[in-house]
Amino acid sequence: MGADPVLAALTVACPSARPAQPGDAIAGVMPRFAAAPATVAEASELLRAAAAQDLAVVPRGGGSKLGWGAPPRRCDLVVDTRALNQVLEHAAGDLVVRVQAGVSVAQLGELLAGAGQQLALDPPPAPLAMAGTSGGSGADAAAGSQAPSGANGAAPPWLGATVGGTLATGAAGPRRLRYGTSRDLLIGITVVRADGTMAHSGGKVVKNVAGYDLGKLFTGSFGTLGLIVEAVFRLHPLPASAAYVTVDCAGPDEAYYAVAAAAGSELAPSAIELDRPARDQPFRVAVLLEGGPDGTAERTGLMVALLGKGAATRQSAPGWWGWPANVTGRPADGNAGAGQTGNGHQGGAAGGEAGTLIRIGFWAAGLPQILRAVDAAALAAGLDPAIGGSAAAGVIYAAAGPDADPAAVAAFLSGLRAALARGDGDARSASAQVPDGPPVLASAVVVHAPPRARNLIDLWGPVPSLSLMRAVKDQFDPGHRMAPGRFAGGI
Amino acid sequence: MIKQLIPRMAEICGPGGVITDPAELRTYETDGLTSHRVTPALVVLPSAAEEVAAVVAECAAAKVPFVARGSGTGLSGGALPHAEGVLIVTSKMRRIIAIDPASQRAIVEPGCTNLSVSEAARPFGYFYAPDPSSQVICSVGGNVAENSGGAHCLKHGFTVHHVTGLEIVTPSGELTWLGDGTGAAPGYDLLGAFTGSEGTLGIVTKIVVKLTKIPQLVKCLLAAFETTGAGGNAVSAIIGAGIVPAAIEMMDALAIEAAEAAVSCRYPEGAGAVLIVELDGPQAEVERECAAVRALCEQAGATEIREADDPAERAAIWVGRRSAFAAVGRIAPAYIVQDGVVPRSALGAVLDRIAKLSAESGIRVANVFHAGDGNLHPLVLYDDSVPGAAEAAETVSGAILDLCISYGGSITGEHGVGVDKSRYMPKMFGADDLDTMQLLRCAFDPASLCNPGKIFPTPRLCGEVPGPRRAPHPLVASGQVDQF
Repeated sequence: MGADPVLAALTVACPSARPAQPGDAIAGVMPRFAAAPATVAEASELLRAAAAQDLAVVPRGGGSKLGWGAPPRRCDLVVDTRALNQVLEHAAGDLVVRVQAGVSVAQLGELLAGAGQQLALDPPPAPLAMAGTSGGSGADAAAGSQAPSGANGAAPPWLGATVGGTLATGAAGPRRLRYGTSRDLLIGITVVRADGTMAHSGGKVVKNVAGYDLGKLFTGSFGTLGLIVEAVFRLHPLPASAAYVTVDCAGPDEAYYAVAAAAGSELAPSAIELDRPARDQPFRVAVLLEGGPDGTAERTGLMVALLGKGAATRQSAPGWWGWPANVTGRPADGNAGAGQTGNGHQGGAAGGEAGTLIRIGFWAAGLPQILRAVDAAALAAGLDPAIGGSAAAGVIYAAAGPDADPAAVAAFLSGLRAALARGDGDARSASAQVPDGPPVLASAVVVHAPPRARNLIDLWGPVPSLSLMRAVKDQFDPGHRMAPGRFAGGI
Repeated sequence: MIKQLIPRMAEICGPGGVITDPAELRTYETDGLTSHRVTPALVVLPSAAEEVAAVVAECAAAKVPFVARGSGTGLSGGALPHAEGVLIVTSKMRRIIAIDPASQRAIVEPGCTNLSVSEAARPFGYFYAPDPSSQVICSVGGNVAENSGGAHCLKHGFTVHHVTGLEIVTPSGELTWLGDGTGAAPGYDLLGAFTGSEGTLGIVTKIVVKLTKIPQLVKCLLAAFETTGAGGNAVSAIIGAGIVPAAIEMMDALAIEAAEAAVSCRYPEGAGAVLIVELDGPQAEVERECAAVRALCEQAGATEIREADDPAERAAIWVGRRSAFAAVGRIAPAYIVQDGVVPRSALGAVLDRIAKLSAESGIRVANVFHAGDGNLHPLVLYDDSVPGAAEAAETVSGAILDLCISYGGSITGEHGVGVDKSRYMPKMFGADDLDTMQLLRCAFDPASLCNPGKIFPTPRLCGEVPGPRRAPHPLVASGQVDQF
């Protein structure tokens, strides 16, 4: 094999640069090269060299969400962040941690838990996971939860997820209700732009309004604005106690009453989750309460009384807990891969593709209408998706298995979006009309879909202020070389 | 040039919507940072979002700069007018458009006061959490521009954590929504980047805010210590015990003296420092935390502890803290309010350094601060009738900011950069950092008409970047197709 001048140029910047191998594919798109910068300086030089060679660059971390977003339109160089794996500073007294982007979220959680602290992102850190929440730990023996399986007994879903990938995909779980999502916990960021320029915003202190907040901009940007290399987060203490209160609900209205009662109570729930594995099953609602031992016990009793008939408590999370981590799998060869079996969800057989996962954002009072709209669209399309998620936070998911007919998935999605556009999910139409509110009050975004279905659907749907987003993209990446095509509007 | 816009502006904003009289214009020459004064060429008071958009469109067409102003209480000159520009004042837009407690949301206009949102939500059992001390007057639009915090942001977060949708007028005069009120809208988080951008990326015309459930129980403790060091140790112990109070405030002896002179708050006499700790949440948790905080304060050497759990008693504890800025006017003819942040664990060391600065310069500094998050508000006191005193005070004030930077903190925790601190931005951020931030500005405001001259000391040119380009297919660029 003759010397490849492009590879040579990359190797000068980043010694680990090499020709791509099959495992380097991003959502089925093979790059020409891969590199794993070991320092932030190398990352900067690498992107500078890539710019000089006009390469399209796609970042990757743990690879647990490579199937999220659209496949890249071009992919010449995959930048693997996992060699940027240093925890730079844990200022426990300030409740702040500074890490490189390739640090595994799970390992960070273990480190912080040792000091009685946490980065309050789901899946929760190891000690809470040991109490039985699915998706967090493979060594889980608590009753009612399932040790997730993947291809070849691979690591549980999201265990390999990196800080950078979690930020770039905007992934969040049940505890978003109390703690917000990663954009709310991020207080500082270092990025490398498409041309190799390194830039910081924010800092090491929680109170900081100096300059623009690039961290917000980069969170959920799917690598299209640049490479995240460092992040600083605010932390929270690990609660001493946690307990769950569960109740089954016959239909959408009962589910809403339970969710609304818990959310409107003074018991300060950390999460309120919903789940229904199939249309002929009841809705299950579960509320997470955290705090001191006595306080949690007292609040748990009060929550049981509040939720009424059939409410029960448990010390560990129900097996279905943790949308969407509970249904997304670890990829096999670069595709959205091995779905998780068990817990009643259509995650797909081990070793196969994951199915279609749709995230629905809505105003929380619209829950019953949203659930009805989902059911109507699914019925019309001949689908029976599992439904669940952070109902009180206004985010739920619909999951169809990998064997679902792609045309049915497309029909379901367009039917659902039409219903949302009509205002079928707007509970406030039952009260006064609010003409001055946002024109769009709900959204349905396809988080991931199998390739056959992906080609038939618009993953992102209508996006407010898309032209402003394009203007931002054009400024940060005028050459459109950072993860092109992965994002909304084909960005 | 501006004169030519007046008829059109009068058409847009209607009677009483345009101010041209020079004496009236001068009343808008400053915001809360009274050391900076610029009389605007024209002031307009639109009543609706469409009017704001039309005004901005006129400015854009005429290439006239414009500045937005809410209640004018900002402390960094963010609303300082442009001498050849239009000042767009939002005080006529003060509707609470809708309260939706079941969704925990409210939609408000930018001119309504921060407190009015909480007042409107209260009957439903909710409040609006970000609570700057000026909340009786300050506008929600201004809060969005500055990403305002307040005493309770330690637990409850800042404005950016409580805004889920913004209708804005872009600097070219278009109305558009950032986010949809859910907090889960697709696309870039322009909403998050816009909040705290100090009015330089556009003008907010509607805000969708998150409402927070009023806590079951609120308890407030006042603890007196002999030194700020002892108080700081108590704070460290509280954080170390895994407690996140709703607020932890500290005042030093000089600040206490001022507050006493102003409002007779009757804080424990002779205290070197007082700590105000507020805890909120479910009763079962708050009772336990309160007992723990009390014990930790005693262990740290508290000389007196008072506890309050009814609103009147709590207000009595807070009155001294809330009056602190204005109160120092009782003990000095003039003062500078500074706003800086250091890592909380460095507070003790930094306070010692400030004391040294004060001793060396002979300039008194009263300290009031958010002890839980390291946000300092040193009040630098001077006599403006003494020649050179103002400059000396500025020097001390600036040195304190340098101190904050050296400890890895920030030049502003709440008040913003505005005009006041733009010269400090290169001390906190490198040239590449500022250049990258300004890419955002170029995306929103390539003509540099929207509140120009704020935040960044050196504006970035927003031209084309040389180099190879791969533009998307025009159909993709216009959003008509997605390319797979």
